[in-house]
Amino acid sequence: MDLLQLAIPVLLKGLTMTLMLTFLSVCIGFCLGLGLALLRRSDNAFAANFARIYSIIFRGTPLLVQLFLIYYGLGQVKFIHDAPALWWVISDGARCAVLALSLNTAAYTSEILYGGLQSVPHGLVEAAKACGMGSFTRFRRIEFPIAIRQALPAYGNEIVLMVKGTSLASTITVLEITGYAKRLMSQTFAIFEVFAIAGVIYLAINLVLVGVVRLVEHRLMRHTRPASQKKTRAAVVAA
Amino acid sequence: MQFGLVQLWEGGWVGAILRGSLVTIAVGVLSMLFGLALGTAFGLAKWRKVPVLSQVVDLYTSVVRGVPELLIIYLLFFSSVEFVTRIAAAFGFADMADAGYAFVITVVAITAISGAYSTEVIRGALAAIPKGHIEAAIALGLSSRRIFVRIIAPQMLRIAFPGVNNVWQTTIKDTALVSVVGLQELMRTAFIGAGSTRNPLIFYAVAAVVYLMITLVSQVGFNTVSTALAPRKRS
Repeated sequence: MDLLQLAIPVLLKGLTMTLMLTFLSVCIGFCLGLGLALLRRSDNAFAANFARIYSIIFRGTPLLVQLFLIYYGLGQVKFIHDAPALWWVISDGARCAVLALSLNTAAYTSEILYGGLQSVPHGLVEAAKACGMGSFTRFRRIEFPIAIRQALPAYGNEIVLMVKGTSLASTITVLEITGYAKRLMSQTFAIFEVFAIAGVIYLAINLVLVGVVRLVEHRLMRHTRPASQKKTRAAVVAA
Repeated sequence: MQFGLVQLWEGGWVGAILRGSLVTIAVGVLSMLFGLALGTAFGLAKWRKVPVLSQVVDLYTSVVRGVPELLIIYLLFFSSVEFVTRIAAAFGFADMADAGYAFVITVVAITAISGAYSTEVIRGALAAIPKGHIEAAIALGLSSRRIFVRIIAPQMLRIAFPGVNNVWQTTIKDTALVSVVGLQELMRTAFIGAGSTRNPLIFYAVAAVVYLMITLVSQVGFNTVSTALAPRKRS
């Protein structure tokens, strides 16, 4: 009982950091990933190859290496040392973690979105062209909405992986849930109990996020359901 | 002052990095194989809906897949380290325990993680086998062992293959995490090198390149096997 009273407030303190790291890296990573997915579809061979190689490199190396390379390694580069804005990012563990996580998730996100964009039926794009839509309108109204529906389940998994990825920030002095959990483990020796509490917090975060993604998916797919909501509900109950 | 690849060579770090890479590959391959064995057993249990066992497997896979790998590694290391050293000391093997123990517990930890993902891959593959095939085999009077060997296993392997490839790629990257608890694998070697030469950039860059080589080479291997496994088209 004492342990619960001791551990829960400490771990909840870490929760804020975990959520913040996840939120920032998912937001930045999504934008970068979308950009990379578009680059990969572009006619410019250089841009397409850049996006492809970026994704191979970031998906082919462990996140921990990327994190250490940014946190410990980049400080050695004179150019970064001299630029105040860059130094501001590199000099702090949490900002490094956000940078590494965003760059990492951008690679996975770009693959997911690229796959989604590739699955858009050709005829729809041609129809949009025939209607005289410009490429931006076409992307915004036809390609992206279809691609995101296709990509959403996989993207939900990626967000869960990101939540788990934030735990690596604890290796570069950022105190989030795992960082506090490790500290509590070595202070109290109640290793399993601390693991269980921290684990439940992580599972709860992931459950909520998966639920949110399902809701968004449900909303985006509303055109595939019969018009009358009441009728469907009755059908579900009957089944 | 400039530290480059030449110093890396002269300082004997190349040998250390190679040794570390071998440990990484050994941990990755062993954990993957054990994880696959575990995953096949658990996947079958889940697919057949074995009472109790399938619920236990459900709990195991959802915990491992929902909780950070690092936390699982901390749990396994910290909870066992005292226990194991005490036993080893009692029998007078304290030194030996230190070296071998880190490796064993690392393989256990990574197996636990990769086993959970393998379970889901195998279960998914089993679910994708058309029911009719199994019903037909039963109707033909094949024994359940033969049904498994001739009908279920070959299809399961083929369908699960891309998923297994994904699990392998994650597993080899997850081995980097055990460096935080002290096993001298690739990442740990890079960490030590970075610390003692005060040159993290080159060491982590080299580590990244080695990981990339491992994942790219194994990707090529998987692709080759995957084409070989693909059902031959009959005209």
